Amino acid sequence: MQDLDLGIGEGADAVVTFVLDHFTPALDIIAAAIGFVTGGIRDALVALPAPAAIAIIVLLALWRVGWKFAVFAVAALLLITGMGLWERMMETLSLVLAATAIAMVVGIPLGIAMARSNVVQAVARPVLDLMQTMPAFVYLIPAAMFFGLGAVPGTIATVIFAMPPVVRLTNLGIRQVHHEFIEAGEAFGCTPVQLLMKVQIPNALPSIMAGVNQTIMLSLSMVVIASMIGAGGLGNTVLTGIQRLDVGTGFEGGLAVVVLAVLLDRITQSFSAPRQGFLLKRLFGAAAAQKNEAPSGALVAPKA
Amino acid sequence: MDSLTPLPQDVAGDDAAPPVKIALRNVYKVFGDHSDDALRMVRAGRDKADIQAETGCTVGVDDASFEIRAGEIFVIMGLSGSGKSTLLRLINRLIEPSSGAILIDGQDITKMSRRELTAVRRSTMGMVFQSFALLPNRTVLDNAAFGLEVAGMAPAERHAKARAALEAVGLGAYVDSRPDQLSGGMKQRVGLARALAGEPSVLLMDEAFSALDPLIRTEMQDELIRLQAERSRTVVFVSHDLDEAMRIGDRIAIMQHGRVVQVGTPDEIVMSPANDYVRSFFRNVDVSHVFRAGDIARETQVTLIERRGMAIPAALERMRRHDRDVAIVVGRDKTYHGMVSVDSLAEAARRAEPDPYHRALLPGVEPIAAADTLSEVMGRVAESPHPLPVVDEDRRYVGSISKTALLQTLDRSGN
Repeated sequence: MQDLDLGIGEGADAVVTFVLDHFTPALDIIAAAIGFVTGGIRDALVALPAPAAIAIIVLLALWRVGWKFAVFAVAALLLITGMGLWERMMETLSLVLAATAIAMVVGIPLGIAMARSNVVQAVARPVLDLMQTMPAFVYLIPAAMFFGLGAVPGTIATVIFAMPPVVRLTNLGIRQVHHEFIEAGEAFGCTPVQLLMKVQIPNALPSIMAGVNQTIMLSLSMVVIASMIGAGGLGNTVLTGIQRLDVGTGFEGGLAVVVLAVLLDRITQSFSAPRQGFLLKRLFGAAAAQKNEAPSGALVAPKA
Repeated sequence: MDSLTPLPQDVAGDDAAPPVKIALRNVYKVFGDHSDDALRMVRAGRDKADIQAETGCTVGVDDASFEIRAGEIFVIMGLSGSGKSTLLRLINRLIEPSSGAILIDGQDITKMSRRELTAVRRSTMGMVFQSFALLPNRTVLDNAAFGLEVAGMAPAERHAKARAALEAVGLGAYVDSRPDQLSGGMKQRVGLARALAGEPSVLLMDEAFSALDPLIRTEMQDELIRLQAERSRTVVFVSHDLDEAMRIGDRIAIMQHGRVVQVGTPDEIVMSPANDYVRSFFRNVDVSHVFRAGDIARETQVTLIERRGMAIPAALERMRRHDRDVAIVVGRDKTYHGMVSVDSLAEAARRAEPDPYHRALLPGVEPIAAADTLSEVMGRVAESPHPLPVVDEDRRYVGSISKTALLQTLDRSGN
């Protein structure tokens, strides 16, 4: 019995080999650029003394969320320090931030392009579906082949997995800007760029920020997997736990990931659904209110 | 109709008419993918339902041609789906016309490039929207300054102008508020200020007051009329509300299924509706608010011209011949002097007093001003035992209103 074989696997193999044979210089440039971003953020975060970093995160929590959450943040961060995972957590955070930054730089313009053109949307949609559903290990291997081991392929794999929500929600947010706002913008003489910058993006901002939040959360789940190709961070702790069948180490690593996830989620969510800690609200008064208030009644996208 | 024909000619008429500000020439708008085919069918006079069935296109505006004069409040009226909002959006090309010419100050905007169009929108046109369309992330001041901002005006200058516009609509104290902190009426004042800040010569208003409750709506209409009178702006106002159209409109265009079926002054449209559709608008309208005393006053009464040496017997003879109990005494320039009755004249003649007409004037007959609406004068006409005289602003006699004439007019609205 002969199985039908369309040769798709061989095709993919051939493409990877072809890229490796002919585009190595280009790959090196990409790797250097991403390495620069990832390395820069990582160096800055690791160099930051732990008390200073804790102070910044707690103040952020106090300002954006509230004093209860700030208390939780203090306890959570002390717990991580107590487990001796501070440096690893900062590595993971740097990977998440680098991946999110790249995802935003690529994803938000792509989302805008999708909102403005049905053709772009039709093309981009299946690609986004592919990025989200393809098992991560499948592109982890070629990523390592193209860019070697380390933080760079880890970041790239994370970007691939985590970018779709910010693209989708940017697209959705801009498409859902009320028709009359667009008409008002046009009627008062906006150029297309002015319409985008002054009407569409400000009104889509809550949706875009919800996308950024989702991208951060997906990055965090991906960096653990990315540690298999040497991305480092808390993923290494978890991996070590698995490899040595050391339940305690694995649990500590996992707990640190959860704590980081909760902190990142609550703080970034506060930027899409405006809410303020009452203490700092009084301190900063109207100035802070004006800077950070997003439109009320605006769309807050459902979690992907 | 016939009972009301002797009407004074429309005083706002054609003498010294202001220049044409906006002109539409054979403007069509067809929505859909095969608009060329559909357009050909519309021009051939095919039924809109057929066109829809054959091409999938809907006809928004069908051969609209009219002119709007500078300084005029021009109301486009029709039921929902009649194409009135589409027609308004063709004027600033928020919707691209399928064919035809739209001239603003003599320039055809349908032939303009994107850049020219943007320049015209910034310099000559302001727009007010039904649901306000205020940007929620901006303060009231920045909303009002929006048009100036996109036109590239420096912050200090545009904020000064926006502040002035907000003060003109009575919102000077709310510059730092957010739109969601304001009531509906206040929001629309911001919308109006935003449209006025750039000092446009044309104001496009799309059902601007429809979302407001009736009291606020009337207030806003008065506000609009005041603002329009201060600087003679051309206002194109879309409304589905006949009362509103009659109240503020200098002229009204009535749309039905995408066609402009009638253009005229409120009086012309009430007096001689072009078809049953137009007539149907008045069914629910209280004409007592629409008609003015001058519109239905008729010269059916005997008028006596007060002059020296005029004998009373001649006057009594004329009244008897016309079978009238009362007569109106006017001067040679038709100024109203008063009303006399057969009895009062006979009494004056019996006493052989000098200046007989003057002595015979009935006490307590106060003439009605021609500009008063019927609702304002209804009570007095009903209570008066005889027809009441109507005078214009120079106190010249224009006719009188009898109970019968009043009832006939009011009755017309019911048919």
